[in-house]
Amino acid sequence: MGAHAGAGHVHAPPQGFLWKYIFSKDHKVIGIQYYLLALVAVFTGMALSVLMRIHLVWPTVKLPFFSGDPTPEQYLALMTMHGTIMVFMVLTTAPQSGFGNYFLPIQIGAADMAFPTLNMMSFWTTFISFVCLIAAFFVEGGAPISGWTAYSPLSTLGSISGPGEGLGQTMWVISIAFFCAASLMGAINFITTVIDLRARGLTMMRLPLTVWAWFITAILSLLAFGVLLSAGILMLLDRLAGTSFFIPGGLVVSGVVQSQHTGGSPLLWQHLFWFFGHPEVYIAIVPGMGVASHTLSLFARKPVFGYRAMVYAMSAIGILGFMVWGHHMFVSGMSPYTGFAFSLMTMAIGVPSAIKTFNWLGTLWGGQIRFTSAMLYAVGFVTLFVSGGLSGLFLAQPSVDLYLHNTYFVPAHFHLVMGVAAIFGMFTATYLWFPKATGRKLNETLGKLHFWITLPGTYAIFMPMHYLGLAGAPRRYADATAVQFLPPLQPIQHFISIAAFVTIAAQLLFLINLIWSLKFGEKAETNPWEATTLEWTIPSPPPFDNFAGHEPSVYRGPYEYGLPGYKEDYLPQSVEPGKLVTEAGD
Amino acid sequence: MPGATITDDLEISSTGGAGGSSSPGPPEGRGGGGGGRGGGDGESQPGAHPRGVSRRIYYTGIWLALAAILMFFMSLVSAYIVRKSSADWRAVVLPRVLWLNTAVLLLSSWALEASHRAWQREDAKAFRGWWAAATGLGVMFLAGQWVAWRELAAAGVYLATNPSSSFFYLLTAAHGLHLVGGLAALLYVLSRDWLRLRASGGVAAEVAGIYWHFMDGLWVFLLLVLTLGR
Repeated sequence: MGAHAGAGHVHAPPQGFLWKYIFSKDHKVIGIQYYLLALVAVFTGMALSVLMRIHLVWPTVKLPFFSGDPTPEQYLALMTMHGTIMVFMVLTTAPQSGFGNYFLPIQIGAADMAFPTLNMMSFWTTFISFVCLIAAFFVEGGAPISGWTAYSPLSTLGSISGPGEGLGQTMWVISIAFFCAASLMGAINFITTVIDLRARGLTMMRLPLTVWAWFITAILSLLAFGVLLSAGILMLLDRLAGTSFFIPGGLVVSGVVQSQHTGGSPLLWQHLFWFFGHPEVYIAIVPGMGVASHTLSLFARKPVFGYRAMVYAMSAIGILGFMVWGHHMFVSGMSPYTGFAFSLMTMAIGVPSAIKTFNWLGTLWGGQIRFTSAMLYAVGFVTLFVSGGLSGLFLAQPSVDLYLHNTYFVPAHFHLVMGVAAIFGMFTATYLWFPKATGRKLNETLGKLHFWITLPGTYAIFMPMHYLGLAGAPRRYADATAVQFLPPLQPIQHFISIAAFVTIAAQLLFLINLIWSLKFGEKAETNPWEATTLEWTIPSPPPFDNFAGHEPSVYRGPYEYGLPGYKEDYLPQSVEPGKLVTEAGD
Repeated sequence: MPGATITDDLEISSTGGAGGSSSPGPPEGRGGGGGGRGGGDGESQPGAHPRGVSRRIYYTGIWLALAAILMFFMSLVSAYIVRKSSADWRAVVLPRVLWLNTAVLLLSSWALEASHRAWQREDAKAFRGWWAAATGLGVMFLAGQWVAWRELAAAGVYLATNPSSSFFYLLTAAHGLHLVGGLAALLYVLSRDWLRLRASGGVAAEVAGIYWHFMDGLWVFLLLVLTLGR
């Protein structure tokens, strides 16, 4: 197996459609493959949420793809698949593996990732994982119903615990195991590339914050996905081989005693899962932080406020992210002392988060802002991160969480802070880098229309959910009309559903923009945004080996915007000091 | 796995790297990181990605892979510790052949070290001999693990018999699978031509060696968990 060593050496481009576009080892093709996979996944996930929103407000309407009258289990299957598809196949793939694969090597001046063959294997393993997950819809019993967190014993006992808990749940576990393997391969590749393949002069403290974000995310992936893999294997053995890692003894399910199992610990699964699960939410959001910082500086024409503080804050968030998994388990009956410790660590994350927010605002302060679509989405990212993050402070209190944990407050919180915020990060990156990847700009009018529907739409969906939660509306309930205390809240549910339909429909604008601009978009030159980083020094789209065999040198940091004394208001990283044009003379 | 990332074309990558540009002057900057490459890299040669850099990715890569593997096993061991505290835990009586297997695996690591010394004095024959011995001992270890499994099965102890036996089979199988990957890497090096190995600076041999020694150490650790942590 011949993996080409990364930067510096010229390798011939592959010939033929299959090797060029399907089993490609080129990081740019692989990045686009990941992006397209995430695009398919995100529209699938959104379609599932439309079905859920329909069922919540019109519980008797038959759901497409499901036979018979709508059941609560069908709703749970939709919820499980929505969560799994969105968290793994969208939030983990596009921000890191999609954009990271395409732009990390270019931004550090390398010809490719460190291990191109491993990179290809990583994508195709992810693809297998995706197919395996979607296939769960079509097996006997349908998709699993245990949520994206797959708590035991619901997820471990097999088909006796519900439809979809037979083969469907098994497919789910296998899919996740493949995904873990793929993510580990990707993480090794990303970290090695950043450590070993940086261009001359590109010190760690001169890396674009996007690269820092991908680097930190890769470290989180490297340490987290192995744990999920081991937990998945234990679950698979419980399901298929009759072991009792997670299944306690003496369970009675549907009137049948589950006598073959003894002594297992459902909480063990929760610990292992959330030891992965909390870093996972940073895996989803940190790349968004990187691209938002990058974009805010670029379009405010100002250096990033507190570059080093940004790097340290992201690192601190990454480290603390491994010490707070217990805050997902406050309702599991943990000791109040343990809960206190986890609560304290969780609130400590507020400090680096606040530093980042302060620096984002500091970057904007006094800038000469250019309101491009990318800039709008970067600002949108900051608002979502703040408004979603603040409700995290409520949930970090064990006593408050006891009340709110199983209500709509939690979905409201995490959809804003890690779901839609990460999606806004992807939108930012798409509007920013589309010209580089395709040679054409996305349509700005459509982009702004898309933004001005999506941002208010997002708030219209998720802000009222906080009220539902405070009023005590439990999440995961399929039909609110079946219990007495919920019908008064139904008008809010109606409002949320309508807002969701409008917002989701607006995403078609984005899809149309992508396709239309690919063919008819305004042509983009090498550096359409007047940016400093290395990707804007090579043609759009970049040639096969990025820098045509030449390795760039870097002379300064990535955010030298708006400096006085120079003719242009930006200093590209790779222009030699002697060749900069000053105002005084040329 | 590590075998998969060893390149056929290391020779090409180590010679084709030099870009034409001369080394730049001290980069201007805000006082961060000093000149050239960031600190901690050890070497800082002029010229685009000299031989050392493209070789270094394999060392970085293998250590990262080992970090991920360590997390995987530590996760299983922490599950072991949690599960052990439950009332239904009946410790498995470990087959005695495990001690023999452990000795065989340690010998294998020792043979690999002997091979490494032969490499340093450029003794091709001794290098191959010791390398083959290490590989053979690795195969013997796996066969020995199989014997241990058969012994347990013959005593009526299966995967699902007890949490203790579940973990025994799981840990040994997971370690065995990783060792199979290591064997593939050892066999790959064995199949290479001496001159080609020399030309690539022995990266394949060293990376395979790092992995193999790590798997040995991991086995000793797992054995300690299985015996002391019964």
